[in-house]
Amino acid sequence: MHELSVCQGMLAQVSEIARDHGARAASRIVVRVGPLSGVEPALLAQAFPLARAGTVAAEADLVVEPAPVRVRCERCGAETEAAANRLLCGACGDYRTTLTAGDELLLVSVELVREEEVMSAKR
Amino acid sequence: MCDTCGCNVTPGNAHLAHAPQPEGVTAVSVLRGLLSENDLQARHNRTHFDAHGVLAVNLMSSPGAGKTRLLEATIDALRDELRIAVIEGDLETENDAERVRAKGVAALQITTGTACHLDAHMVHDALHRLPLDGVDLVFIENVGNLVCPASFDLGQHRNVVLLSATEGDDKPAKYPVMFRGADLALLTKSDLLPVLDDFEPARAEAALRALASRAPLLTISARTGDGLEGWLAWLRGELRAERERLATHPPASPSHPHARPRARMLP
Ligand SMILES: Nc1nc2c(ncn2[C@@H]2O[C@H](COP(=O)(O)OP(=O)(O)OP(=O)(O)O)[C@@H](O)[C@H]2O)c(=O)[nH]1
Ligand SMILES: [Zn+2]
Ligand SMILES: [Zn+2]
Ligand SMILES: [Zn+2]
Ligand SMILES: [Zn+2]
Repeated sequence: MHELSVCQGMLAQVSEIARDHGARAASRIVVRVGPLSGVEPALLAQAFPLARAGTVAAEADLVVEPAPVRVRCERCGAETEAAANRLLCGACGDYRTTLTAGDELLLVSVELVREEEVMSAKR
Repeated sequence: MCDTCGCNVTPGNAHLAHAPQPEGVTAVSVLRGLLSENDLQARHNRTHFDAHGVLAVNLMSSPGAGKTRLLEATIDALRDELRIAVIEGDLETENDAERVRAKGVAALQITTGTACHLDAHMVHDALHRLPLDGVDLVFIENVGNLVCPASFDLGQHRNVVLLSATEGDDKPAKYPVMFRGADLALLTKSDLLPVLDDFEPARAEAALRALASRAPLLTISARTGDGLEGWLAWLRGELRAERERLATHPPASPSHPHARPRARMLP
């Protein structure tokens, strides 16, 4: 169970991005998590409210975008969808494949609230 | 895939990067690895190992699959040939480090408390306290866990995953992330195979190949020494390969001073 430390790593990046853009708060964080990333989207969503407390993302929503698993076959060249624990070519069944999608662990985008927006919201 | 320049915006994820936004809100497209802080530290760790010509091997398995026992047998076998140091990760106790030190080898214990994996920052702290001069091989014994350690690059050169005969031959199908990333898989405690009549090494290998893994699967027993030669030959071969790589691509020296000290991550 390491989703909390993954969240903390993500929030460190979000804070940096907010600082670089002169923003006071992040309102929405979109991440993309593949089934072979080793991170469980449900656990990430559970850990997020704990990790965001006291950060620029204290009020932010987390959106976890799932990703399919895809492999490209070195034998026949086909690119097919696969299950996380069965990465064989969907066309010819060969095991010599390369993963083309499914292990992503990406911070996709962050929505930032500008300084003055936060101020006016407080009034 | 490049995580920094935005070239990984694909038709499939472009809508995420350019979602419509309400008034007063700026959407910033990032597309950077979620663990980039860890990965940066891991790259720094790798330059430390490279600067010393060290091969760093990350040992991972379920709790009790035989990592420490294998280290003890490996140290005994290579005593006159290679100089070894060990970084031990455990939730509690110095037991494993003490077992390794009893073999006359430098061992640094990282007790992670409640954390279930090592991260690159913990390993960095450890390797600065480990005398790396004159060392050929550093083993990092990760916390016994087949889940999280797979997500954290520590700066190692090779990943070795142990699967003991007592755990069932379908383990690779249950933990694909871990087994897919292995450069070598070891079927350990092979001396028990005769009494475990439902463990089929061929089924374990089939489950590994189903993950598109080309990693060799070696069957060994640290207790009897059976199959140990294959493991030692693999280690020698990988050390040679790393040395050749360093000879043609001279290592950068690690850039110091280091990243600001950082609070230890919670589990
Ligand atoms: N029969 C048999 N037992 C073994 C073998 N290797 C290890 N063991 C036993 O398995 C138990 C666990 O071995 P360790 O080497 O401590 O396992 P580990 O993976 O280091 O355990 P953690 O660090 O707690 O995850 C011990 O009782 C060992 O003696 C083997 O080859 N054969
Ligand atoms: Zn094919
Ligand atoms: Zn151990
Ligand atoms: Zn963990
Ligand atoms: Zn350093």
